Amino acid sequence: MTDPLNEFFVESLENLDQYDADLLILEKTPNSPRTIASVFRTLHTIKGTCGFLALHKLEAIAHAGENLLVLIRDGTLPFTQGIATALLATGDAIRAIISELEANKREGDFDHSELIGTLVRLQNPESAPSAPSAPSAPSAPSAPSAPSAPSAPVHEAELPVTSKALDNTVRINVEVLDTLMNLVGELVLTRNQLVQLASTVQSGPLPAAAHRLSHITTELQDRMMKTRVQPIDTLWSKLPRTIRDLAHLCKKQVRLQTEGADTEMDRTIVDAIKDPMTHLLRNSVDHGIESPEVRKAAGKNPEGTILLRAFHAAGLVTIEIIDDGGGINVDRVKGRAIERKLITQETADKMHHKDLVNLIFLPGFSTAEAVSMVSGRGVGMDVVKTQIEKIGGIVDVNSEVGKGTTCRIKIPLTLAIIPVVIVGCCGERFAIPQTNLLEVIRLDQNLIIESVHETPVVRLRGSLLPVVVLQKVLKLQGERSTVRHLAVLHVGARHFGLVVDSIHEAEEIVVKPIGRALMSLSCFAGSTILGDGHVALILDIFGIGSLSNLFDVDHMPGLAHAEVERMEDSPESKTLTELLVFRVGGTRAALPLEMVHRLEEFPAKDVECCAGKEVIQYAGGILPLISVARALGLPETAADANIIQTIIYRHQENSIGLIIEGVEVIVKEAVELQTAGRRSGVLGSAIVGRRVTEFVDVSEIVRIYAPEFMQCSR
Amino acid sequence: MLPMNYSRQICTFILNGRLFGLDVDCVLEVIRSLPITIVPLAPDAVCGLINLRGQIVTAIDLRRRLELPVSGDGTSLPKMNIIIKTAEGPLCFPIDDVGDVMEVSIQSLEPVPETMTGVARKMIDSVCKLPTQLLLVLKSEFTILAGA
Repeated sequence: MTDPLNEFFVESLENLDQYDADLLILEKTPNSPRTIASVFRTLHTIKGTCGFLALHKLEAIAHAGENLLVLIRDGTLPFTQGIATALLATGDAIRAIISELEANKREGDFDHSELIGTLVRLQNPESAPSAPSAPSAPSAPSAPSAPSAPSAPVHEAELPVTSKALDNTVRINVEVLDTLMNLVGELVLTRNQLVQLASTVQSGPLPAAAHRLSHITTELQDRMMKTRVQPIDTLWSKLPRTIRDLAHLCKKQVRLQTEGADTEMDRTIVDAIKDPMTHLLRNSVDHGIESPEVRKAAGKNPEGTILLRAFHAAGLVTIEIIDDGGGINVDRVKGRAIERKLITQETADKMHHKDLVNLIFLPGFSTAEAVSMVSGRGVGMDVVKTQIEKIGGIVDVNSEVGKGTTCRIKIPLTLAIIPVVIVGCCGERFAIPQTNLLEVIRLDQNLIIESVHETPVVRLRGSLLPVVVLQKVLKLQGERSTVRHLAVLHVGARHFGLVVDSIHEAEEIVVKPIGRALMSLSCFAGSTILGDGHVALILDIFGIGSLSNLFDVDHMPGLAHAEVERMEDSPESKTLTELLVFRVGGTRAALPLEMVHRLEEFPAKDVECCAGKEVIQYAGGILPLISVARALGLPETAADANIIQTIIYRHQENSIGLIIEGVEVIVKEAVELQTAGRRSGVLGSAIVGRRVTEFVDVSEIVRIYAPEFMQCSR
Repeated sequence: MLPMNYSRQICTFILNGRLFGLDVDCVLEVIRSLPITIVPLAPDAVCGLINLRGQIVTAIDLRRRLELPVSGDGTSLPKMNIIIKTAEGPLCFPIDDVGDVMEVSIQSLEPVPETMTGVARKMIDSVCKLPTQLLLVLKSEFTILAGA
């Protein structure tokens, strides 16, 4: 901390951030003397300190930049775009040297003669216009000329302006804060133990003292947390520069607006969202905002706007990235997803607009026709999603073609102290972060684990939930209790159940890193110390799921693999198929869910007769009805004689109603179709949910019983 | 050039009846056994995690790292713990017993014999010729001891 060199680095880097920001302001309002002074001051301070520390390369660069700024400050030279670019490059060069110095204690072998040459050339406006491209390299010695002398007094006169806020702040090393945070965490645990002890004592001064300690500890913890927060502005303040460079590169005009820059969150969170945020912004500039010509043609302001908004809501931080660009073309997304075999045409047709837009988060998805320099470097939106989900956040996208795109990120306030539920399994205790936990259910005769091809699942409120047995995933040995519980968890939109032995209490725990020897274990997010002093591991729900192949691409929801053709061609095909299982004529039958357009109930009395066939009025048209039971030669039974249950089957523009007895369940299963029961109207049979189920051949039934339906569609 | 009387202070301990040592500078403390939390799926040599006054420390079974025989079912651990500091944070080794801190002259230390094979070769820094037995001085680098 006391190393003068180190102090210089920290200070300079901080000043350089301000320097960049100021230059961007100058680009918009070139005649702001205060801003020019501030830019000037930064370079001058760096130059001055370099002199003391004998850093000659750094000094030469800062000096050349300063000379140029003197002319601008004195009004002899107008501030131009070329100058801004050169000065920003100066800042970058200084940063590069500083990081080299930090790493190797040397100024490095950078050759800055060209940059210095440019800076010198820009001082003569006559020769300036063609400046940056000229290869000649007038070396540094020409630079240290007269103008540096009058600059010193100005600098001293203006210095006090900046240091207003400095009087009541102290710079503290983050390590010190982390240590303090750790100690407070310990204090909280000790407090918990003491309070527990004190509760066994009925009288005397102990309970009162414990109570007081408890209060103070809570307060201390609260304040300590505040020292770790940072406004999101620490991240955002660096973005205008990124956007400017990007916009130049893409030949676009972009204005960045921010709202709620003072929204505070934990330092670790700010760090963690840096990459995904930058990625999303890049996308907005590169793919979102149109070129000025296109914008003009569409009647928009040629300058695009990106609005960054942050606010606290419901214990989470919400960050929105809103652009007024071209929006996401849903048809293109759909086409791309189908082309990449991420979804099938049928699934896509059934998806909502919003779900389609969010397909961009699938791994292996990229709509950019050509890989541009800016984005599309092989890091897709799926990485953004993964990074955000890793810290317990969620991300989604809303878009309207022609109007723009809104990306919304929701993340927790802190990662240091998190609410968890402690669960037990084989005598060990584990912590499950509450952000991943949806509900806890006791497993009893009402909720039993069934198996789909040896893979455990439960039926939860009518749908199947894949189940992971913690004991198996972690290969735990030891006694397991007779009573078990199911924790329903989610990571992003994916849900699964985790079987554990017991559920203990909900607690707020201090997250501690897991040692380096164990870093490679993806199933643990960290460790913590429980109230009784024991160490408990925090489960990484994403890791646990991954160990059970939950997040493999081909298992993702919405990516049904049901392809009727494939099933017909190869009966032994083992891909997962979404099936509608229903009863008809006392038999269990099934259809690939993709063939089902809708399920409808009609009052039996509404059935009418037309040309000797049963029909019903439906959606303003006439819907022909076919009794599946009759077609298969089964007795016609109905659960309720007054109501007919139908599956609406659609073939191109035409619909037909298939009368069934009732729907049982929708399952997702690997089907092994056997030809055993094959006959007219039945493709064969297979075991679905451990029961023999007949697969109905809808197209054949329709061909036989409603030939006109197929004909008129052709 | 080192002075002739240059010596090293070695903290000795006993594991499986053998005498081992570590430079005293890297030893933080020796404590009686603490409750240990098992880490499922961890490498064999990791016995688990212990709570050392609020700091979570990984415990490494040196017997497995050194490929020494492990008696019984392998779940019972020695009764003492030696805590050492490494560049990556502290590590804990369960040991059978702690010995004296010895001041050994540099002359009495020799490199491991060329004929020695196995993992232990990488982990043992030098061999000290004590009058009655040999003391094996371990290296103190994290990567070597923890096998990470």
